[in-house]
Amino acid sequence: MSERLALSEDILMKIDKPARYIGHEYNSVIKDRSKVDVRFAMCFPDVYEIGMSHLGIQILYGLLNSFEGVWCERVYSPWVDLDSIMRKESIPLFALESQDPIKDFDFLGITLQYEMCYTNILQVLDLSQIPLKSIDRTEEDPIVIGGGPCTYNPEPIADFFDIFYIGEGETQYENLINLYRNYKKENKSRREFLIKAAKSIPGLYVPSLYDVKYNKDGTISSFTPNVEGVPEKVKKEIVKDFSNAYYPMAPVVPYIKVTQDRVVLEIQRGCIRGCRFCQAGQVYKPIREKSLDELKKYAITMLKNTGHEELSLSSLSSSDYSKLPELVDFLIEECDKRHINISLPSLRIDAFSLDVMSKVQDVKKSSLTFAPEAGSQRMRNVINKGLTEEVILNGAELAFEGGWTRVKLYFMLGQPYETLEDIEGIADLANKIAARFFETVPKEKRVNGKVQIVVSTSFFVPKPFTAFQWAPQCSKEQFLDKAYQTREAISKVLNQKSIKYNWHEADASVMEGVLARGDRKLCDVILKVYKKGCFYDAWSEYYKNDVWIDTIKECGLTPEFYAERERDTDEILPWDFIDCGVSKAYLKREWERASKEQISENCAVKCQGCGAAEFKCGICPGH
Amino acid sequence: MKLRIKFTKFGPIRFIGHLDVMRFFQKAIRRSEIDVKYTSGFSPHQVMSFAQPLSVGVESNGEYMDIEVNSITNCKDIMDRINAVSVEGIKVTDVTILPDNAKNAMSSVAAALYTVIFKDGYMPSFDLSDGLSKMLEKDELLIEKTGKAGKREVDIKPGLFDIKVTDKGYSMLLDCSSSGNVKPSQVISKLYEVNDEKEPENIFFHVTREETYKNNGTEEEPLYQPMNVF
Ligand code: SF4
Ligand code: SF4
Repeated sequence: MSERLALSEDILMKIDKPARYIGHEYNSVIKDRSKVDVRFAMCFPDVYEIGMSHLGIQILYGLLNSFEGVWCERVYSPWVDLDSIMRKESIPLFALESQDPIKDFDFLGITLQYEMCYTNILQVLDLSQIPLKSIDRTEEDPIVIGGGPCTYNPEPIADFFDIFYIGEGETQYENLINLYRNYKKENKSRREFLIKAAKSIPGLYVPSLYDVKYNKDGTISSFTPNVEGVPEKVKKEIVKDFSNAYYPMAPVVPYIKVTQDRVVLEIQRGCIRGCRFCQAGQVYKPIREKSLDELKKYAITMLKNTGHEELSLSSLSSSDYSKLPELVDFLIEECDKRHINISLPSLRIDAFSLDVMSKVQDVKKSSLTFAPEAGSQRMRNVINKGLTEEVILNGAELAFEGGWTRVKLYFMLGQPYETLEDIEGIADLANKIAARFFETVPKEKRVNGKVQIVVSTSFFVPKPFTAFQWAPQCSKEQFLDKAYQTREAISKVLNQKSIKYNWHEADASVMEGVLARGDRKLCDVILKVYKKGCFYDAWSEYYKNDVWIDTIKECGLTPEFYAERERDTDEILPWDFIDCGVSKAYLKREWERASKEQISENCAVKCQGCGAAEFKCGICPGH
Repeated sequence: MKLRIKFTKFGPIRFIGHLDVMRFFQKAIRRSEIDVKYTSGFSPHQVMSFAQPLSVGVESNGEYMDIEVNSITNCKDIMDRINAVSVEGIKVTDVTILPDNAKNAMSSVAAALYTVIFKDGYMPSFDLSDGLSKMLEKDELLIEKTGKAGKREVDIKPGLFDIKVTDKGYSMLLDCSSSGNVKPSQVISKLYEVNDEKEPENIFFHVTREETYKNNGTEEEPLYQPMNVF
């Protein structure tokens, strides 16, 4: 039997969920090899079900395949069962569509969505039989290019990539591929291609073309290009005409259940709110909306093209979309006709959203979500989260009147300037919400007899390009103390029986902090950790904290230097070579305002002069 | 109105499990925009009934499922519309309107015909015909089944309706009802066991379900006819 499968029947019958590896999904793109001159493998370095749920990859997959002569295929991290078989039998990692080995491709694009996937990058390269380090690759190997949010500090993984694409992928891939074609035609070297790309295409960072020098204390003393004409600063790419940007109308429909098994409508990109801990809020600035008419068209077309039974909106803060009521009315009507479920994430709780939610979900089964991120008003001023206790309590009251009985509250522990009182504020707020339930809903109307409040806390990880990029991160012990204090405080409030408390693990948050603000010295650590057998670090059952800590020390480094150390605002940060639009002056201002508990208005109320206006698009004044 | 849909499952998608085939059809039917019926309430879904789940790795020429529709154009149109939005390997080959009194696919399925082919180099050392006779001489053929109530022994012999030797393996008509389903792999294991031969560790034979039948006769005198013959 000759069929398009890289794995034998023996292997496929032995492993869990063979459907992860066989391709052949509806809407997957098959091209005629003889009419293709550039082969692109797009990778999400995690398991299929996670990778397939990612919107960014779907956009780039569709975009690249819309180019003539380019065939873009998908590849994900093989799960641990297949991983060990592939190693034992030296089976090269393959792309899903053609089932051809990745090592024969022209490009391997890897999206970097979270720090804890870094060892999976090495897994993918290793299984592909591609040299792990950029300097060891030859003309035979694919160009390895990284993209996604973690490229806003790519330094800890700089050695493993030939290029990083900084910013939004829609804009420069065509130029990059055309440049590559020319170099292939002229038989020029890999290095010549990389230099030309760095010099001529905006948004591209080629780490091998920069030298980093360090001070005695481990901080950076200089960061400079080592080839003339290569830019000192790399400016992020951004889609200016967002309404008319490419959007995939026929995304691949997986057979197996994946995390996001639905039509996703990206209604806007960016966020008007400058929460001081939030990286997405800064690096996607300015906010740009998609036009209502486009979105209506997309929804209908995508439902028809996929057959999905659910539709959801994607954005950082959907309530801020200016035409939300019109869009939601349209979707409710059209989805009702087609028996489609609507899921509406990240809506602010108010009369409008409660009305909408009661139309699209079963009130009795669903819960309300608030993300105040800090317990006290003082602390919410520090982090610039414009959500007040009054707004939360009024929203909850309205919801209780509407029949909701479940509330989820999300907080972050360990943000700068946090005190015990702020932590106690978490318990206090949860208690007040419960009290509001008992005041609002008379006994005979309490459906389940009670209210359920779930408080979840995560640990704060300072990220590049935020006001808190200079802040010290808590140690594991401090984190755990704060979690105990939260638990303790909740156990003391009147309505403690109605409140449940969950907290995240602290180990991985510390390591995430190390990697998020790390420098190039960490490349060796990641490589060594991987060689010791670690990958799938984002999965708590596979995360080995001891190995990470020991390896950092073996390399002569300390986790504290990266995580707990407060940076001076004059220090050269590893990511300073990136110009993401928001200026350092603005971030410093915000860092100072945080210390004074001063809030800053959002872009819709008053421009904060963050610097992103230079892109001349979206909400910014002056264009 | 209910429709019985016959389809194939071939090639790489034979590694898709039964639940995922159901999910595939739910989405394919939405894409085809046929006037399918939905349950009411939050999270509406289509009502589907499958004859007998196909094991992962097995191919088929004769799978059946029932769906419910509000209205139809004609059967050929329904078939063409689903095929237009299907994938390589899953092809609708027939659509039949169910008579009002018909039982659903799951409760009426009775038997299935399988082609079993030994892969190159994996022909058993016993003679196919002698080996088969030796197995069928036994009074009972017990296999261990693990169900909800733990392990139990089941006799599969009554479920072997008809087995013929072919060039490269066997053709087997087996019980395929929800209560007495026998899988070709269970029969092959028994054959090896009875003939004192060890089964190879690799996948050494290939199975195709050729057709699925219901019993249009009586219990004493069964008349096995394809699921879409009434
Ligand atoms: S609302 Fe705040 S936390 Fe949410 S995306 Fe915007 S800036 Fe980030
Ligand atoms: S320039 Fe002003 S309006 Fe534009 S993103 Fe920055 S703060 Fe917001």
